[in-house]
Amino acid sequence: MNFEYSEEQNLLKESIARWAQDNYSFDQRRVGADSENGFSSDHYNTFAELGWLSVPFSEANGGYGGSVVDIAAVMEEFGKALVVEPVFPTLILFGGLLERSTDDAVKAELIPQVIDGSLMGSVAMYEPQARFDASNIATTATESGGTYALSGHKSVVLGGAHAQKIIVVARTSGAQTDEDGLSLFLVDADASGVAVNPYPLMDGQHVADMHFDGASAQLISDLGNASVAINEVLTIAHVALAAEAVGLMEVLNRTTVEYTKTRKQFGVTISSFQALQHRMVDTFMSFEQAKSLLIGTLVELTDETTSAKRASKMVNALRTLVAKNGKHIGDEAIQLHGGMGITDEMSVGHYHKRMMMINLMFGNGDFFQNQFNQVAYAS
Amino acid sequence: MDNNFSSADLEFREEVRAFFKSAYTPELQAKVESGVDHKSVAIEWQNKLNAQGWVAVDWPVEVGGTGWTPLQKFIFETERCEAGAPDVVPFGIKMVAPVIFTFGNDEQKKRFLPRILKSEDWWCQGYSEPGAGSDLAALQTKAVKDGDDYLVTGAKIWTTYAQSADWIFCLVRTGTFEKRQQGISFLLIDMKTEGIQVNPIHSIDNHHSLNEVVFDNVRVPQENLIGVENQGWTYAKALLAHERTGIAGVADCRRWLREITELAQNQSNYKGMLIEDPQFQTRLSNVEIELLALEYLELRVLAKLSSGETPGAESSLLKIKGTEIQQSLQELRMQTIGAYSGSLHLDDFESDLHRRGSNSRRAYMYGRAATIYGGSNEVQRNVIAKAVLGL
Repeated sequence: MNFEYSEEQNLLKESIARWAQDNYSFDQRRVGADSENGFSSDHYNTFAELGWLSVPFSEANGGYGGSVVDIAAVMEEFGKALVVEPVFPTLILFGGLLERSTDDAVKAELIPQVIDGSLMGSVAMYEPQARFDASNIATTATESGGTYALSGHKSVVLGGAHAQKIIVVARTSGAQTDEDGLSLFLVDADASGVAVNPYPLMDGQHVADMHFDGASAQLISDLGNASVAINEVLTIAHVALAAEAVGLMEVLNRTTVEYTKTRKQFGVTISSFQALQHRMVDTFMSFEQAKSLLIGTLVELTDETTSAKRASKMVNALRTLVAKNGKHIGDEAIQLHGGMGITDEMSVGHYHKRMMMINLMFGNGDFFQNQFNQVAYAS
Repeated sequence: MDNNFSSADLEFREEVRAFFKSAYTPELQAKVESGVDHKSVAIEWQNKLNAQGWVAVDWPVEVGGTGWTPLQKFIFETERCEAGAPDVVPFGIKMVAPVIFTFGNDEQKKRFLPRILKSEDWWCQGYSEPGAGSDLAALQTKAVKDGDDYLVTGAKIWTTYAQSADWIFCLVRTGTFEKRQQGISFLLIDMKTEGIQVNPIHSIDNHHSLNEVVFDNVRVPQENLIGVENQGWTYAKALLAHERTGIAGVADCRRWLREITELAQNQSNYKGMLIEDPQFQTRLSNVEIELLALEYLELRVLAKLSSGETPGAESSLLKIKGTEIQQSLQELRMQTIGAYSGSLHLDDFESDLHRRGSNSRRAYMYGRAATIYGGSNEVQRNVIAKAVLGL
């Protein structure tokens, strides 16, 4: 029984933490975040040079062969540093589906480019009418003479503003909300019939809505049978986001405790007030709960005896708790900073905005709790 | 990271599971659940545990304990809860005995420990006073030397089972120093001594388990002093280390959650079953998800204990979250059962549901104490603020 990261995972975490300490102060981070792209290509290239972009890919595909625990270790550190560079869309979503593609030539060509940082990708999956339902897909792919033409509208495509290649989830059969009948297609962002409408989100990432109008695309999954790959990638994505959120929580709490030790009111530091101490203890407990459930989820997902039902329970429980506790911690961080907490110059607001965004990605707390209820209590 | 037990631990679990299955018989279970004649039922169960050598889980082997590792204790506790078997009455076995075998002299060990193992002496705890609750160091009960004895005067309160106890272990004031924590001594007092009066306190669970114990010039031989005079606070604090495992009551909570879920599958709820009600589901999963987190929090603490680390304020965290979850489940159990949960009956039930209702009412009402005793949850927050956050 062991609930710590391994020595190797800790080394990986330390290398990210050391890089962030030397190169990614709040002000240094802002240079990239405030630029036109919304991130620094230099930093992104550094991630590639340091090998971090190889973590989720199998060794057969030239990657590090990392497990979901390795991914969580990286994402937790990225959360602590509030990394704005779009690693998640390219690596976890695009890379995740790429790895599960049935097209070996595409994999052999593109995965090395993701690992060396030269290719950014995104996954166009969710649609405006679908809210958080990943199976509610109206975008169609129609075949004619061996090629496919995509038509449809994809919303809030993560990494969509700077992706060179896009994996589109499109319906090739079935009704609009069927889990079956979905296929994966690869398309160039600058291909004809693809309109990319980029915009920034409150956490600094630049996303896009995408409109496909007869765009020519390449099928890279079994026809009509992509939902297994999609669900696998979503599971890893859920855990990765939860790990990032746990990193955010740790820093929000630490920053707040430190602030209350320096801020004076009524002639004393406000950390001496019991009313505030108890609130900070509560946010500490919220963090410890979320961290414990993250570890529990990692342990169970990597245990081959875990049933699919149990795995689904754990992942949905994790994202429910992260949504609740993340909001609790973020709100309290701002409240305990007082007026300064609502200024753009303090880091807590930026961390909180990232937390809010995570809690809107692929579901919110109510959505995940509802999923949990269905798995746990449906007869 | 992994969640795996060693094969030795798995074997141990099988052994413990088999023991509970054969020893905790349906007859005994019926007696426990009736809640009638608590003391004799508890003694019957503890004697069964003792016959197996498992009544003193936390004691070292030399004095008759199991000598188990933290993980073995955790497994035992989990299996006990799964079997639905009661814990031992803690005051002798879990509270005073560790102080006696750690800080007592050989004479005291020989005199008291075997009788505790055999449940021959029944103990109660004399810590809190009318003027000293969460602020325990404010205690005023005085012990003044008189020849070979102390003369004890004062009052203790919230003394569980004082009405049926043979002995009480007390923190008493033997000196006045600059620090209030100094000058406190740890004294064992025979409840049959002249000058002791036990006044019942009836609690909101419509039950009598709590008491006030008043001492009026009670003569106590000095040989009943544990360790060194004026050092009692240190001993009482060290004792807390023995309460760490199982403090959160995770295994009990898991059993209650299962009971509630099963009840809800069979309770109708306006043209359907309660378990199908989305609002009920959300109330249930609010607790279940927190409990999942608590399980892993406890396992993390356990893993630290197993590797020889001493977890500090995490035990406060476990106490706060554990008792909050216990109370949520107690409430949900009442809500699930419905109006029978108001019943004050202790026997002659109409049905099994009636019995569960009455029990759930009692558990909820007495359960309000969980966030108060053992250092109130607010005091635990003070502990975390100081130890973990450096506030």
